[in-house]
Amino acid sequence: MSDAAALALVIAIKSGILIFIVVTSFAYLMLFERKLLAWFQLRVGPIWTGPWGLLQPAADAIKLVLKEDLTPATADRFIYKIAPALAVLTALMAYAIIPFGTLPDGRPISIANVNVGILFLLAMGAISVYGITLGGWSSQSKWPLLGAIRSTAQMISYELAMGLSIIGVLILAGTTDLQGIITAQSAHHAWYVVPQIVGFLIYGITATAETNRAPFDLPEAETELVAGFHTEYSSLRFGTFFVAEYINMITVSAIAAMLFLGGGDGPFVAQLPWLTILWFLVKVGLLLFALIWLRATLPRLRYDRLMAFGWKVLLPVAVLNLLVTAALVALYRGAS
Amino acid sequence: MINPLRAAWGIIVGHLTTLKYLFAKKETVDYPREAYPHPERFRGVHELRKYDDGMERCIGCELCAVACPANAITVIGAENDPAKPVSPGERYGYRYEIDMLRCIFCGWCEEACPTDAIVLTPRFDIADFTRQRLVFGKDKLLVRDPYTQHLANTESAVETDPGIAKP
Repeated sequence: MSDAAALALVIAIKSGILIFIVVTSFAYLMLFERKLLAWFQLRVGPIWTGPWGLLQPAADAIKLVLKEDLTPATADRFIYKIAPALAVLTALMAYAIIPFGTLPDGRPISIANVNVGILFLLAMGAISVYGITLGGWSSQSKWPLLGAIRSTAQMISYELAMGLSIIGVLILAGTTDLQGIITAQSAHHAWYVVPQIVGFLIYGITATAETNRAPFDLPEAETELVAGFHTEYSSLRFGTFFVAEYINMITVSAIAAMLFLGGGDGPFVAQLPWLTILWFLVKVGLLLFALIWLRATLPRLRYDRLMAFGWKVLLPVAVLNLLVTAALVALYRGAS
Repeated sequence: MINPLRAAWGIIVGHLTTLKYLFAKKETVDYPREAYPHPERFRGVHELRKYDDGMERCIGCELCAVACPANAITVIGAENDPAKPVSPGERYGYRYEIDMLRCIFCGWCEEACPTDAIVLTPRFDIADFTRQRLVFGKDKLLVRDPYTQHLANTESAVETDPGIAKP
């Protein structure tokens, strides 16, 4: 076997393991969310399937698989059928480069180490709008179309502020390599959430909007749009959209943990490098909890206010944050 | 003009409020596995009571059927056989049927009964698949019902709330 083939095999095995882990964590993220929302609302959530409802994801999956897969007669069949796959594909692609921790020799635990990692992540986030847009458009039905148009406008608007909020971190770190950003933070245990608190807040808001979650879940606003872009979808294709949405949740939390919270940095990582995985997962878990907490607290925004907030508040604040960061970095490090 | 600080403060207070409820005691009752707490005088499914010696209290007088505002009760009385009496008096309830789909659980039958034969118990879980099976005859109303067996010799059903968990 040639070296190239061996490398391809190793990557394929790594990817298989990672996809399994990600999909499993998606299933339990859904249960985690249902449980937390129930507790927030003084309910108890799923308790009948297995101990503490732990088998609920399996029950949901079986139910979804066994349902009839409907296609509207007027739908654009080909696009209608590939749209959910597109959504989940872009969601999973991001995991190719996310470093889950640091090996003892300083290399990241990831499938690929790309030196423009953050650009790749932003690109995947931008492409993920295609799954929703095409799914809503190809359904040939008014509510999915309205939901798809909304989500396209929303995601494009909020992507700008998101990109600008990340650039502040890139200026501080001086690199677009994800592992480089983590190393730059863990070198002095100075997480960028402190100097970039404005950027962190903007990233948090825009990431919530990017993943179409409450209070920015307008693309699937039940009270106005039935179910938004996935109104016509049923069975496994509907489930696939769900998988994509929850995987995107994990992705944005992982990005926030890497860029603002020092990735796997934490107590005792110098002695035990493997702890980086644990700290990273703890941070991602806390951020996911924050996303669910947000959903349990805030009501949905009105659509015009959502757009006004994105363009008139978030974007100027993000630009200002970027300018101030750049100016300060130029003043204090400019000479070197 | 919205004051941004006020708005942010509102969001923070909102999050602290939801966080408080995350750790609060939950309202859910794990119903079939856990008894639902009844009001003390809850009016549920009827039962026909007996005396301590096993004699039926019902004397077939039909006062309950007359009192019933929903016409849910059908009583047909009959003469007691002196050799094998069913009730202490002259007559007894030969047929006694309550249509649970008509009954409004008002408790007037209970008040009308001169011998305290018909009483309302706290039991309420009587869902079934056919209308026919929800017309309860003496076979279902007499106290040998497993749910209310322990009530057979008590004076009043409301004194002991069984909590209605299935055995």
